Amino acid sequence: MSVLRSRYVVGIGFLVAAVLLFAVAPALLSTFRLGLLGKYLCYAMVAVGIGLAWGRGGMLTLGQGVFFGIGAYLMAMHLKLADAGPGAVPDFMALISSEGVPWWWEPFRSGIVTVLAILLLPTLLAVILGQATFRRKVRGAYFAILSQALAAAFAILLIGNPVATGGSTGLNNFKGFFGFSLRDPANRQMLYFIAAGALLVMLVVARQLMVSRFGELLVACRDGEERVRFLGYDPATVKTVAFAVAGTMAGVGGALFVPIVGIISPNDVGVVPSIGLLIGVAIGGRTTLAGPVLGAIAVAWAETSLSEQFPSGWTYAQGLLFMLVVAFLPGGLASLVTWRRRSGTVEPPTASTPEPEPAPAGGVQA
Amino acid sequence: MDILVTQVFNGLSGGSILLLAALGLALTFGQMGVINMAHGEFMMAGAYTAYVCQQLLGSAGVSLLVSLPVAFLVGGLLGVVLEATLLRRMYHRPLDTLLVTWGVSLILQQLARDLFGTAGVDVAAPAWLSGPVEILGFAFPRSRLFILVLAVVAVIAVTLVLKLTPLGRRIRATVQNRRLAESAGISTRRTDMLTFFIGSGLAGIAGVALTLMGSISSNLGTSYIVDAFLVVIIGGIGQIKGAVIAAFVLGVAQSWIEYSTSASIAKVIVFALVVAFLQFRPQGIFQVRTRSLV
Repeated sequence: MSVLRSRYVVGIGFLVAAVLLFAVAPALLSTFRLGLLGKYLCYAMVAVGIGLAWGRGGMLTLGQGVFFGIGAYLMAMHLKLADAGPGAVPDFMALISSEGVPWWWEPFRSGIVTVLAILLLPTLLAVILGQATFRRKVRGAYFAILSQALAAAFAILLIGNPVATGGSTGLNNFKGFFGFSLRDPANRQMLYFIAAGALLVMLVVARQLMVSRFGELLVACRDGEERVRFLGYDPATVKTVAFAVAGTMAGVGGALFVPIVGIISPNDVGVVPSIGLLIGVAIGGRTTLAGPVLGAIAVAWAETSLSEQFPSGWTYAQGLLFMLVVAFLPGGLASLVTWRRRSGTVEPPTASTPEPEPAPAGGVQA
Repeated sequence: MDILVTQVFNGLSGGSILLLAALGLALTFGQMGVINMAHGEFMMAGAYTAYVCQQLLGSAGVSLLVSLPVAFLVGGLLGVVLEATLLRRMYHRPLDTLLVTWGVSLILQQLARDLFGTAGVDVAAPAWLSGPVEILGFAFPRSRLFILVLAVVAVIAVTLVLKLTPLGRRIRATVQNRRLAESAGISTRRTDMLTFFIGSGLAGIAGVALTLMGSISSNLGTSYIVDAFLVVIIGGIGQIKGAVIAAFVLGVAQSWIEYSTSASIAKVIVFALVVAFLQFRPQGIFQVRTRSLV
């Protein structure tokens, strides 16, 4: 937690991240590799939100794929409609149905409506779900299972409506992005920069939330919800806000995922990918700011490079990571870093410092 | 009338499958708070056990009867290994068990793909289970009736074990108050392990039952695990009767909503109904009374 307290260290961290993302990566990587990195950054955006909701708030959300998917499908719908031109029917839809565009697609012909919907709809859904569960003290495992059931229902809903959502193939083959051709490498680089910028903004927001009074309350809700209630705060509101912010971040990540990767399908948003998003957060260190981001990028990178060589190897690796990291290193790799720093410098942990995990790893440190 | 009977029967049949899948979960989740995401893969292991039994024995009828106890053992042993190696050290972090067992389920699925191939395999139903049986002028598939009976027998067996045996007494004591049970001389650790054995063994039996419903593949478990967990949530912790009611209500509701809308909308409606239900009873239908605030 010393990382969070020191403005100096955080400032340098942001600077290094910005230089790496905006100068080093574009100079070193080919357009293809840069596109891959852009995809990883989209996962990292979801991870920032998960770190806030799960690491800080103790809400194990297994349904972030839903918010990711809503953002992604909204963006994909707009891109498909824009490709088709004003008043026309997108190509995939014309192939399987003659009924034209569903009424609820029509608003997303407008770019502004789409952007607003991407920002608002995932947030709204998260607020509704959060209020419905946290208000009634549904939490812990119950909340986790409900969020997982939501992801399952969402994927089945998408697959079951091929006319409106492309079914299990999903939506793909986008030609333009708000008037810019996606064939042009310069525009693809621009998309990467947008993703990098969005991620940095989210990191700033997450840090501000973490160091604020709200952040303290959130951690307090995780560690002793009843005590927070007795102190006169409303844990349900605190948790809903964190969950909603996580939903927004996932939605934006999904929306940028679509033009960068060029496809969105139920395979990217169902139960399995939703839980898959958690492993990077767990490896990096769920309670930290940078841990989830670095973990998500590393895991996504490992997935790409491993599954290129051994298709089945990645599944084993992912399974082992879940087992070993969560069971034996619950604080993630970040707990190793903080441990070294603590033993190096003489910095007594103050009483107000929220311990990330009062679990075995914490016991070893002390 | 025809439709009513068919839909109710389909619902009860779906509910009995859910019940078989959720019964073991209700036991382990109720007692230890462990969320075993690999439960679905234990079902898959049971289904593949039935497949292997049939390959070895040939005769469909004999292999089905043999595979039921064998699958119980296979599932149970998998559960005991999981409990003894990983879960035992994590009882104070119940949420994290969810992710650990998810990792186990990923590995088991991939293992099944590597061992048995990605294509589904079929287990032939014995002659005495194929075709419909006529009751009061309505035709019911025998295999579905068999699963319904199997689920009822499993519930009765579990209830008897819980109510009448010393192990059952220990389990109930541990569910109600773990620390008090411990101070009364019950080895909760041994009880946990046996509960896990029984719960996971029930998953194996559920897997055998599923072979009667169609071909089996590595993702057999994933299609049931979410609904099975919903059953446990609705039923309430630590009660078998809650799971029974929840499974049949969910089964019938799902069958009706699917009939009147479509399979994809039905999932969303059922989810909304579950969330709505939790507004009234956040702890499920039945709950162990406690004075704790949490």
